[in-house]
Amino acid sequence: MAFMESAHPYPGRLIIVEGCDGSGKSTQLALLKRWLEAMGYPVFFTEWNSSELIKGATKRAKKAKALTPTTFSLIHACDFADRYETLMLPHLQAGYLVLADRYVYTALARDVVRGCDPDWVRNAYGFAVRPDLAFYFCAPLEVSLERILGGRPELKYHEAGMDLGLSNDPAESFRLFQGLIKEQYDSLAGPCGLVTLDATRSVEVQQEEMRAIVAEMLNGYEAPEMAAGGAKVTAPAALAAAAADGGGTP
Amino acid sequence: MSRTWSFYGQGLPQVKEPDWPGRLIAIEGADAAGRSTQVAMLEEWLERQRHPVLVTGLRRSALVGKLIARAKQGTRLGRRTLSLLYATDLADQLENRVIPALRAGFVVLADRYIYSAMARDLARGAEPEWLEQLYGFALRPDLVIYLKTTPQERLGRALAKSPVLDYWESGMDLGLAGDRFTSHLTYQGLLQVHFDRLADHYGFVTVDGSASKKAIHEQVRSSVEQALEGGNELAGS
Repeated sequence: MAFMESAHPYPGRLIIVEGCDGSGKSTQLALLKRWLEAMGYPVFFTEWNSSELIKGATKRAKKAKALTPTTFSLIHACDFADRYETLMLPHLQAGYLVLADRYVYTALARDVVRGCDPDWVRNAYGFAVRPDLAFYFCAPLEVSLERILGGRPELKYHEAGMDLGLSNDPAESFRLFQGLIKEQYDSLAGPCGLVTLDATRSVEVQQEEMRAIVAEMLNGYEAPEMAAGGAKVTAPAALAAAAADGGGTP
Repeated sequence: MSRTWSFYGQGLPQVKEPDWPGRLIAIEGADAAGRSTQVAMLEEWLERQRHPVLVTGLRRSALVGKLIARAKQGTRLGRRTLSLLYATDLADQLENRVIPALRAGFVVLADRYIYSAMARDLARGAEPEWLEQLYGFALRPDLVIYLKTTPQERLGRALAKSPVLDYWESGMDLGLAGDRFTSHLTYQGLLQVHFDRLADHYGFVTVDGSASKKAIHEQVRSSVEQALEGGNELAGS
């Protein structure tokens, strides 16, 4: 089925990051955001599972272990739809750079691992526009596992994929679950046009590559004339040069 | 005796070849079509026949029932979010209430099922294919009864129920008309068109909702009797 095949018609740009827990994607997106803001671009950031309307219900249901694969998928689709309709879309329409920490690919990977039909999940999210840039922070399983299990031993039930019945040990369940998620991401990356970045490298090197790719994508982008406080927008050419210099503003 | 159930699409991941002994009967119709009255009469009759009955409806899930009610009081709710919330509500009820009851041999009466949610979404511009696939998790009922009434009849009944016409039941979010009376009639007419199409598509049993309560009940009962005689054992019979 057709899934996010055509580019969106809005003046803004949508940049999203995906990857396993512990892949470092949120750190990278935060650094990118700081850099874009320093350049004077209008930036809007949103993250997975953060809708003011929905997230309370999701949290309660997770705590009560009341979710099945189908309702787990649907309530996350509600959260996404609310943020999409009230936040992401209006900002894209207004010409913002919209940064999303996780997008529909997270649902595709997780829900399919939980047993949902891939076409059904794709359809549920079928209203979402294709991102202008989608980064997949890819690291060998052991690396991301070490980053999570090394520093944060208390794993939540769904985070560890305990609902899949893979193992009674949360850490072992998390390992198996993340392995299955990674398989999904790896198979989605090509067909969905995700830009795969090697997440085993240093934060700085990854950020440099990310900024260069973003600068190139921003060729032809024009920020709307509404920047609060009259923030000055750097021309894309200067941006590209700054990225090539290996930094710009941290 | 076992029976087979089917889903409209892919169904539910953890449910394989269900053979539950219960029955699922949906009563559909637009706002103020007299559904709840008929559901109550049918429930009473079924229980007199010694059948255990469970009544479900919209916005009755533990997961998002209250959330939907609250969200509809506010001003931020987008159309896609509303669609997905109703789908979540129906899926949660299906898995946590309807299926356990069917397994135990209950007659489940759905006072509105997926079709009401679909009709409302279609009136708001949702794509029919999107909805059809979204509701692929839904169990196909044994019988869908559609109480058909005119928008004028329903407007009269709606005003008798409450002096203020409901915002959503008047389709005020669609901006069809500046005043609520005109908007209600227009929106209910729009719903009618979609219900009629769904009736054809899904094979509803259409009952004239303008007849007397008793006459409607008799018609409903005879359809239900046939559905119950589907050759399977029910608890209590």
